[in-house]
Amino acid sequence: MLYSEKVFDHFRFPRNMGEIADADAIGEVGNAKCGDIMRIYLKIDNEVITDIKFQTFGCGSAIAASSMATEMVKGKRLDEALQVTNKAVVEALDGLPKNKVHCSVLVEEAIKEAINNYRKSQENKAE
Amino acid sequence: MQSKGETMKIYADNAATTKPTKKVIETLMHYTEQVFGNPSSLYTTGQIAKDALEDARERIAKHIGCMPNELYFTSGGSESDNQAIMSAAQNGLKNGKNKIISSTFEHHAVLHVLENLGKQGFEIVLLPVYEDGIVRVEDLENAIDDKTALVTIMTANNEIGTIQPIKQLGEVCKRHNVVFHTDAVQAVGHLPINVKEQNIDMLSLSAHKFHGPKGIGALYVKKGISLQSLIGGGAQERRKRAGTENVPGIMAMAAALDEALENLDNKMAYVANLRDSLQKELSKIPYSKVNGNLDNRLPGILNICFEGVEGEAMLLYTDDAGISVSSGSACTSGDLDPSHVLLAIGLPHEIAHGSMRISLCDKNTMEEIEYIAQNVPKVIERLRIMSPIWKDLQEGKKEHVI
Ligand SMILES: Cc1ncc(COP(=O)(O)O)c(C=O)c1O
Ligand SMILES: [Zn+2]
Repeated sequence: MLYSEKVFDHFRFPRNMGEIADADAIGEVGNAKCGDIMRIYLKIDNEVITDIKFQTFGCGSAIAASSMATEMVKGKRLDEALQVTNKAVVEALDGLPKNKVHCSVLVEEAIKEAINNYRKSQENKAE
Repeated sequence: MQSKGETMKIYADNAATTKPTKKVIETLMHYTEQVFGNPSSLYTTGQIAKDALEDARERIAKHIGCMPNELYFTSGGSESDNQAIMSAAQNGLKNGKNKIISSTFEHHAVLHVLENLGKQGFEIVLLPVYEDGIVRVEDLENAIDDKTALVTIMTANNEIGTIQPIKQLGEVCKRHNVVFHTDAVQAVGHLPINVKEQNIDMLSLSAHKFHGPKGIGALYVKKGISLQSLIGGGAQERRKRAGTENVPGIMAMAAALDEALENLDNKMAYVANLRDSLQKELSKIPYSKVNGNLDNRLPGILNICFEGVEGEAMLLYTDDAGISVSSGSACTSGDLDPSHVLLAIGLPHEIAHGSMRISLCDKNTMEEIEYIAQNVPKVIERLRIMSPIWKDLQEGKKEHVI
């Protein structure tokens, strides 16, 4: 079989899929040309991710990785969330086929991007 | 993705491979169990196998309009393509010809061989296939010259199903005295083929695309064209293809082709009607686009793109609904680029990623078509809800390509 049961579970029943209308930060990476785009919406309270949603244009492993990663960082402090690596996401999914790992990398980047955007907006507010 | 009713199991990927018929399986069994002799052996057990083999060769030759001694059994389409192209290239070199003309959307069994020949110094010219997926005879006329060793153009494309003007292309080759090969792997058993009438000098076919077994095929080579063997060894296939013959496979291939060509006109009309009904239904999905020339297409193939969704995810959800189809997205090929065929007909990357190929055969039913027509729109809707691109398209932040 191409994917593990875990991957199929997250692909069939994606967690935290959707958008947050009043998000505190949004991060988006990828482009349609290479075949994957991920967008992460964050609600942040006192440095803690209180809510997270994703939207993904991509293959089965891209969607499953988005779902898994959002579960892993939800409720975490931002500095903790930044420590969640793509490797950890892949492990939590019981692995991905070698040529599919690249499809999951974007999630880590999208979360980082969202957190960076949040930091920037906080700095702007402080000024 | 379960439908409310019962989940059906539908195989709609007949361009990838087909289900062997009962007759084919019985033939395989019979020639495995009862006629197991080596055709090269002189005693009766061997000679019975030899006679069977020659009977199969005659029947297949008749179906494509050649002589039995112009037909060589191989392991399938890929081997036939390789042998045809490499032989013609070698023959060309002997006469100081080093140019090969093909098209941009050939199967990899052709393109990879050409790539290698290119590295060895051959000039490889790939004709465009335009938006409709059809090679233009004038383009061949302009490209062909006295340096040309070979022209190889597929009879019908495996992803979008478009049928090439083989007879006319062959006519140009004939006039210029250039060998003309066609990869007819998707066409044999699905369209009437006659190598003499269509001016074909070499033709590749593969049994598993017409309900025969996998790993068996044939190469037609017109008398007088010298063939180079890729596999050295015994003297089988008039010294052109060593290895004890796959008698069960060959017999089953002949049986499959006999069956496929029985009432071919009726089957073509039946399958085209299924395909057209499905096309009509799926075209109702907003921002969808059917690929390839609609009039010159294999009866069973429908290739359609849906904006804002990715092909592999689409394929996995349709699989959950019990439907087997394929996609040209990058992620189904393990490559970063989507299908070279869809790029060759000028589709932008983002649309090519969202393609679905449905390929039907005469075993499919209208009930199955209705089921597919009910379920595919649900899959597309589900993925579009998930897609950031679709959201941007909806909100006008991004322009529709379709
Ligand atoms: C057009 C075309 N050529 C060649 C092949 C290769 O045939 P085979 O699988 O028998 O090697 C295929 C099938 O995949 C095909 O569709
Ligand atoms: Zn992918």
